[in-house]
Amino acid sequence: MSVLVFTENWDGKFKKLSYELVSYASAIAGMMGTTVTAVSAGQVTDDELKELGKYGASKILNVRGEKLGRLDNQAFASLVSEIALKEGSKVIVLSNNNTGKAIAPRVAVRLKAGLGAGVSKLPLSLNPFTVYKKAYSGNAYAHLVIKSDIRVLTLAQNSFDIVSTPDNAVIESIDASVDGSLFRTEVTDVQKQTGKILLTDADIVVSGGRGMKSPDNWGPIVELASLLGGATACSRPVSDEGWRPHDEHTGQTGKIIAPNLYIAVGISGATQHLAGISSSKYIVAINSDKDAPIFEAAQYGIVGDAMKVLPKLIDAVKEIRK
Amino acid sequence: MKILVCISNVPDTTTRVKFVEGNTKLDTTGVQWVINPWDELALTRALELKDDASTGVKTVTVAHVGPASSEPTIRKALAIGADDAIRVNADPSDAYYVAAQLAEVVKKEQFDLILCGIESSDFNGSTVGGMLSEFLGIPSVSAVSSLKIEGGRPVMTREIDGGKESVTVPLPFVGIVQKGIAKEPRIAAMRGIMLARSKQIKTSEPVASDSLTQVEVFEKPSPRAACKFVDPENPGMLIGILQNEVKVI
Repeated sequence: MSVLVFTENWDGKFKKLSYELVSYASAIAGMMGTTVTAVSAGQVTDDELKELGKYGASKILNVRGEKLGRLDNQAFASLVSEIALKEGSKVIVLSNNNTGKAIAPRVAVRLKAGLGAGVSKLPLSLNPFTVYKKAYSGNAYAHLVIKSDIRVLTLAQNSFDIVSTPDNAVIESIDASVDGSLFRTEVTDVQKQTGKILLTDADIVVSGGRGMKSPDNWGPIVELASLLGGATACSRPVSDEGWRPHDEHTGQTGKIIAPNLYIAVGISGATQHLAGISSSKYIVAINSDKDAPIFEAAQYGIVGDAMKVLPKLIDAVKEIRK
Repeated sequence: MKILVCISNVPDTTTRVKFVEGNTKLDTTGVQWVINPWDELALTRALELKDDASTGVKTVTVAHVGPASSEPTIRKALAIGADDAIRVNADPSDAYYVAAQLAEVVKKEQFDLILCGIESSDFNGSTVGGMLSEFLGIPSVSAVSSLKIEGGRPVMTREIDGGKESVTVPLPFVGIVQKGIAKEPRIAAMRGIMLARSKQIKTSEPVASDSLTQVEVFEKPSPRAACKFVDPENPGMLIGILQNEVKVI
């Protein structure tokens, strides 16, 4: 009957989102009067596994299997579903990142479970089981009732704070009991992004738009991001022009992010761009046009020339970092 | 090789989102309806693959679950270049229901490659493509940012946290595609619009299926407080606010 949570690891360490997921699952388990079972697939040490106990997991299933190193949607969904059935789980929690999106819908069909995708709060009610998620690309929120007995939830990134709960977790190692023939995804090459902070993981993002006028002007954006320990992003026209790599494009058809702080420099604030950043906790805009729509979305703004404002911001950050 | 692209009918991005009937339904007055942007990119890529004779792609079909009022959007897909279309005559009540209907379409017509946009701009569920593949018991690959066909096999790039992988799977499979799959959506030219008039939209009745979720009510985000402006001559103040008041840096 436990709440099941699918955690993710990278290079043997849990991603930060895994702690958010376990914290979230733990809160739901509290609401339902049950416990949390965390699933970890792949090569993770016992010390690392114990970490999950600190966020409320009472059982940690360490799933071993050599094919688990690469994501195969069907095989992973089968694995999670089998475990859910064994555990008698009524709620299964995954991240709403690319991996979660790949697996969750398949788990939902296997278990004939309704899926609440991209939920950003704890359930509003258990009976009927009602979740809260964005709709219309951030222009609204929906209270979604999940009518089935089993529910699958994917948690929107950066929407639930990590909560420490002292607990004594039991670690159980099991072999992946998945039909080997289900692993049909063949990975022929992997390109890992090194060094740069992952845009989707970054707490702080500094982003530039066409108002920067030229790719040659990007130095201050990169410097400010670096001083703040954040990542850089850009609007669609900027990536279309080739001024910045296309994986920096944030917006409706680019990356959708939810950092604590999004600084938009020289970005007008077109609806498609806002759809990519509307879940940011704080938005700051710098634009020379006082009527730019971005100021309707931002909590703080400066009307001015980016090339004059950015150096002063950089100096101010250097001051406080001293 | 036959490609199926699943499309949904959504309000265009400039729509002023408002609700009626006790906030349970979108106010559709004056709404311009369009093909879901990610599905449109999927369709564009499918047509590019068909244009390249070396791929072996012979036809591109679009499928949609929706009422007759969706037909103008389906015609747009035909005008862009899809060969034919299938509309399951049903209200797309939830993702599970829609996926179940699309699965029947695939089973009846036997497609090799099924493409779905990664999410729809109205519901942002990222659900239908994955559910469809599970109903069919076939592989799916998600977050696909490029797709080629080489020697009859699909060769894709999929985005993973922290990088990209080059991936291939056996046919048939469902490709759940995102930005990068096509540079920009294909536009319907005059000729395409004319030809679309004589292309077929086959209608089929839905099969029995449950829907497992339901929107109880929508809410608008609480009105944002007006932007607080900082003097451009003294931008350093902003850093002070971010550090001490807001505490995000």
